Amino acid sequence: MREGKRLSAAFSLTVNGAPVSEQVEPRTSLADFLRERLMLTGTNVGCEHGVCGACTVLIDGAPARSCITLAVACDGADVRTIEGLDDDPVAALLRESFAAEHALQCGYCTPGMLVTARDIVNRLPDADEPRVREELAGNLCRCTGYVGIVRAILRVLAERRGAR
Amino acid sequence: MKAPRFAYEKPRSLDAAIRLLAGGGDGAKLIAGGQSLGPILNFRLAQPELLVDVRGLPELAVVRDEGDAVFFGACTTHAAIEDGRVPDPTRGMLPAVARTIAYRAVRNRGTLGGSLAHADPAADWANVMALLDAEIVAQGPTGERRIRASAFVRGPLTTVLAADEIITGVRVQKLSGRARWGHYKFNRKPGEFAEAIGAIVHDPERGIARALIGAIGDSPHVVADARPFLNGFDPAAAEVALDAAGLPASGYERQVHLVALKRAVVQCVRASA
Repeated sequence: MREGKRLSAAFSLTVNGAPVSEQVEPRTSLADFLRERLMLTGTNVGCEHGVCGACTVLIDGAPARSCITLAVACDGADVRTIEGLDDDPVAALLRESFAAEHALQCGYCTPGMLVTARDIVNRLPDADEPRVREELAGNLCRCTGYVGIVRAILRVLAERRGAR
Repeated sequence: MKAPRFAYEKPRSLDAAIRLLAGGGDGAKLIAGGQSLGPILNFRLAQPELLVDVRGLPELAVVRDEGDAVFFGACTTHAAIEDGRVPDPTRGMLPAVARTIAYRAVRNRGTLGGSLAHADPAADWANVMALLDAEIVAQGPTGERRIRASAFVRGPLTTVLAADEIITGVRVQKLSGRARWGHYKFNRKPGEFAEAIGAIVHDPERGIARALIGAIGDSPHVVADARPFLNGFDPAAAEVALDAAGLPASGYERQVHLVALKRAVVQCVRASA
């Protein structure tokens, strides 16, 4: 390794509304930083190459893979994890709906599923079942067969359409 | 499944980024959204000594109308194209293609320039930009040059870029109001790498009739004269094009590319009707 190049980097960000300033090795993923430094273990690590979706969090309001995002690359960012969605109204509707529709079993995929589901509900209020399934392609569940998850999201979409 | 050790720099200007790349030799690599590099770092297929993060560079965030074309800065995300947050010179083709790239969470961070520089043979932009005859603009220590997208990818994960050159953006010519297109991407599940990409664009006003046989494990194959397909699918012309693309004479691989091309052509013909 060349001299003078930084192997430890200081960075600052907001996590679930609270300011955080830390020093990490640049190779640290955002997922590992959240789980092992901040003890926010709601974010799960599955495939670690961006395919399974278990690690999905919000970066500046948009879903992102925390396993293939470097923590240092989030300098200045607003990061929100599943722990930071307790008071989010759409996330609250989805939690109820996931329970009612049996949209989880082991629960490993669920934090990522909820982040993605919330994005579908907010971004695509008129989504139908094929569109929900397309949007869910990046979140793998090995328990449910997806039927309950799709139903849970469609239920919240329908509730919100009824309310508007 | 954890990335190897590397140093990290976040330069404040394009010139500083080029200097870091030039000084780092083969051990220095750019990172923008990290959606291609991230996985291969975690697999340790890539083991750079230094990552130069260009995601925040204002020079790469520019999107501008240049009259006959739209210039997309290299750090334009797939999601920005999908959502129409940037102009579309292609009558809906770029947003439709963007929606098929990986997953929304990846599209939110992955960038146009990053995908092109990575040059995966199955990548959407490397293929579709070749079809559209777009120009890739790159900046190096000695200045700027424009590279035709169809001549940009040399082979799997290999481009004509020098080690100290940075893609600053892509110029995509505007299609006319009479232009039609078709695009079909074959993958087993939405968001996976394509097994085949077929596409065609026809713009009578600009004299464009080009087709693409993409995701062939090598550089994209552009059919420069797609006129045989403009009134419907021509099986004989398709066989000639598939041979020219270097596909095996028979079997699954040839068949999926044939079907992808056919479905793209049918879509384009229907749009013209």
